Amino acid sequence: MLLVDNRALNSWEKFKDSDIYFSFIKSPTAIVSSIILLIIFFCSFFVEFVTPHNPFDPASLSLMEAFTPPSWTEDGMAKFILGTDGQGRDMLSTILYGSRISLIVGFSAIIFSLILGVSLGLTAGYFGGKYEMIVMRLTDVQLTVPSILMALLVDGIARGIISREMHDEMAIYVLIFAIGISEWPQFARVSRAATLVEKNKDYVSASSIIGVSNLLIMFKHILPNIMRPVLVIGTIGLALAIIAESTLSFLGVGVPPTTPSLGTLIRLGNDFLFSGEWWITFFPAIFLVILAFSINLLGDWMRDTLNPRLKK
Amino acid sequence: MTFLKISNLSVDYKMRKETVNAAKNINIDIKKGEIVGLVGESGSGKSTVANAIVNLIDEPGKVSSGSILMGETNISENPETIVQYRGKKIGLIFQDPQTSLNPILTIGEQLIETIQTHLNLSSEDAKNKAINLLKEVGIKDAEKRFYNYPHQFSGGMRQRVVISLALCCEPELLIADEPTTALDVSIQSQILELIKRLTKERNLAVILITHDMGVIAETTDRVAVMKNGDLVEIGLTKQILVEPKEKYTKSLVSSVPPTNKKISRFTIIEKENVNKNNNIKILNRWSKKIIVDQNLIEIKNLSKSFDDSFFTENTKNSVMAVDDVSLNIKEGQSFGLVGESGSGKTTIAKMVVNLFKPSSGDIYFDSVNITKINKNKDLLKFRKQIQMIFQDPFSSLNGRLKVKEIIAEPIRLHNPDIKSGDLDSYIHDLLESVELTQQSAIRYPHEFSGGQRQRISIARALATQPRLLVCDEPTSALDVSIQAQILNLLKDLQEQLNLTILFISHDLPVVRQMCEKIAVLKDGKLCEVSETEELFKNPKHNYTKELLKLMPKIESIYN
Repeated sequence: MLLVDNRALNSWEKFKDSDIYFSFIKSPTAIVSSIILLIIFFCSFFVEFVTPHNPFDPASLSLMEAFTPPSWTEDGMAKFILGTDGQGRDMLSTILYGSRISLIVGFSAIIFSLILGVSLGLTAGYFGGKYEMIVMRLTDVQLTVPSILMALLVDGIARGIISREMHDEMAIYVLIFAIGISEWPQFARVSRAATLVEKNKDYVSASSIIGVSNLLIMFKHILPNIMRPVLVIGTIGLALAIIAESTLSFLGVGVPPTTPSLGTLIRLGNDFLFSGEWWITFFPAIFLVILAFSINLLGDWMRDTLNPRLKK
Repeated sequence: MTFLKISNLSVDYKMRKETVNAAKNINIDIKKGEIVGLVGESGSGKSTVANAIVNLIDEPGKVSSGSILMGETNISENPETIVQYRGKKIGLIFQDPQTSLNPILTIGEQLIETIQTHLNLSSEDAKNKAINLLKEVGIKDAEKRFYNYPHQFSGGMRQRVVISLALCCEPELLIADEPTTALDVSIQSQILELIKRLTKERNLAVILITHDMGVIAETTDRVAVMKNGDLVEIGLTKQILVEPKEKYTKSLVSSVPPTNKKISRFTIIEKENVNKNNNIKILNRWSKKIIVDQNLIEIKNLSKSFDDSFFTENTKNSVMAVDDVSLNIKEGQSFGLVGESGSGKTTIAKMVVNLFKPSSGDIYFDSVNITKINKNKDLLKFRKQIQMIFQDPFSSLNGRLKVKEIIAEPIRLHNPDIKSGDLDSYIHDLLESVELTQQSAIRYPHEFSGGQRQRISIARALATQPRLLVCDEPTSALDVSIQAQILNLLKDLQEQLNLTILFISHDLPVVRQMCEKIAVLKDGKLCEVSETEELFKNPKHNYTKELLKLMPKIESIYN
């Protein structure tokens, strides 16, 4: 019935034929947000080639140019579109350098918590019993601790353990771990719920009757079938992780001030907010909002598309 | 005198890629006091016609042409009219009584609500009317049951309540969409009797939609056969079933398992699969066991209870799914396990294939007690010899893997040294043995129909060269013509490969065609074990007698 043509479609043609592509080109929100994200990702990762200024090259900086307002204001200069900060660094370049750090930390943290959460959730759902109860109660406990508090705690402990010289070097890993450890319960819960549904399906029974080992059943058969909901919360989690990174850096417990992320930029600008240099804090902040908002919109669209229950 | 006249009705669904004609130029006339059956396989458009009458077609479907006359009124013209007719002049009964009642309202509230929406009655009068209706549809203690919630009724009783809801405003037309599909045989016959009685007493016009030819034969006066949105044939039920004119109707009738005799193979008129070679290629690789006159499976005092031990280890609430069952299955035999839903037949199957451990009792396979094996490595030897085919062809294959990978998994596991070229040709042989093409190997399961997926499932089960094949309702999710083809295939395979089959089904005619010996289960207990023909001719247990009496018989049309 469904076997219509014998043409082997290549993967791109298959993708263009799929419902996901169809719903993507029908959704302006998804298109706009993914274009914005693509631009941000591109500019952040190829920042050396995109920006005219390198804010970390002391030779190019001139204190004479410090506190230049954005180019469209009266005192603005054409070469600093969004103005400069207290050391004469170009705001636009700094933001892009900063967003690279934020994105790296955000992605790494979410991948870390995804791997941790999914492996715990998958095994808990599959094996059940006491092990499941312990894992799920652990997620409940974790969820009662606010994630910022958790991250502060991890950071504090890390400061105690790691020597002062090593600290700046290790700071970024500590940050990734701190954010990752506070996000995993979401993944564990979702993947456990999905596993409970999948493990009762006949294809899993068929594999165990054949004699396939539990490990192989979990990772070859069940895991690919539970990835959809996991990816959806992963996307929304990414926005949360980026915001968490900024918050921690704003509080001064994130990346060291020498490697500016969006959070450190906002904090630095905060000092000048009341002396009239509003742009130093405003632009990084608005950039963060746009970034997180686009990721969330894309995540919302994914949730609607990948959730069969919401299909019309 | 024609009461409902459907003329030139067409329904289109505009999909992303194409427009699907769910119904094409349908003409049906229905008189008062008669039951017209709409029969067809899934996707034939039978429900679409019924939904078109009451204007309940889901988006993006649309009635593209045609008219529906009820009495003198054209009800398809104005959506406003049909809203008033629905529930008042047209009563509806749906398939699943679980979902067609609101679980948070008592049935009394639901009846009174419907009555007062359409009829101008006081609460007291509406209540009296509701109670009388409940009595009419055969609910005992109607005055008390009136205050009960839907979950307090059994499936059959709930369907009676649904019928009373459909009848509460004295409709002239009743549409029943698969009203008994979700019910067990014994309840099915009661519900059908009820519909027949009410049709006479109230002079209703009834449209009965079903896929079950037995139900058609026993209840309807006239029948319309549909296929892919076309009306193939319409006429008196007897005429259509005994002397079908169209090729499709002939193939449909010949696919129905007869209840009164055993036939060796079903006559297949239209085949789903093009692949014609009938030799079973896998034979060359099969290390064929000579059938010895011995018991391959011995089940001794098997019991299984399920208890909810999440918070307590309290066994008081436990349910005995299987209660002290003993059976022997001879090598090379096909053994039928029959029972209604909840009788424990699937639980037994899952214990035989070692998915569940029994609470007590033993299962011997080839004289080895397989329930006592704890090491995975030792178990693997037996896993290879016992394979299973599942009921639902849509959940039994992993949608993320290609057919090739699905079938390769058991082969590789039990023969890790197999070379990749050999593996490919093994897979191709397996696919051709179940009458699929070699090209199927590189496709994903979702590209196949239900029957084809069931064939893939069989190929996977055969990959380890098992001696015992456990078939858990392998055809109950399939259309009747596909069912006939799958059953033929299973018979061919069994004969050629000397398989022993444990065949589980609720469908007595199917079991009669497939099995040499039958065990009847009820509530986890064994009622009767006997040779098939003996069981059908001289049932001993009362429950078996009742089951045989109540099953819908297509042959009843000859009387």
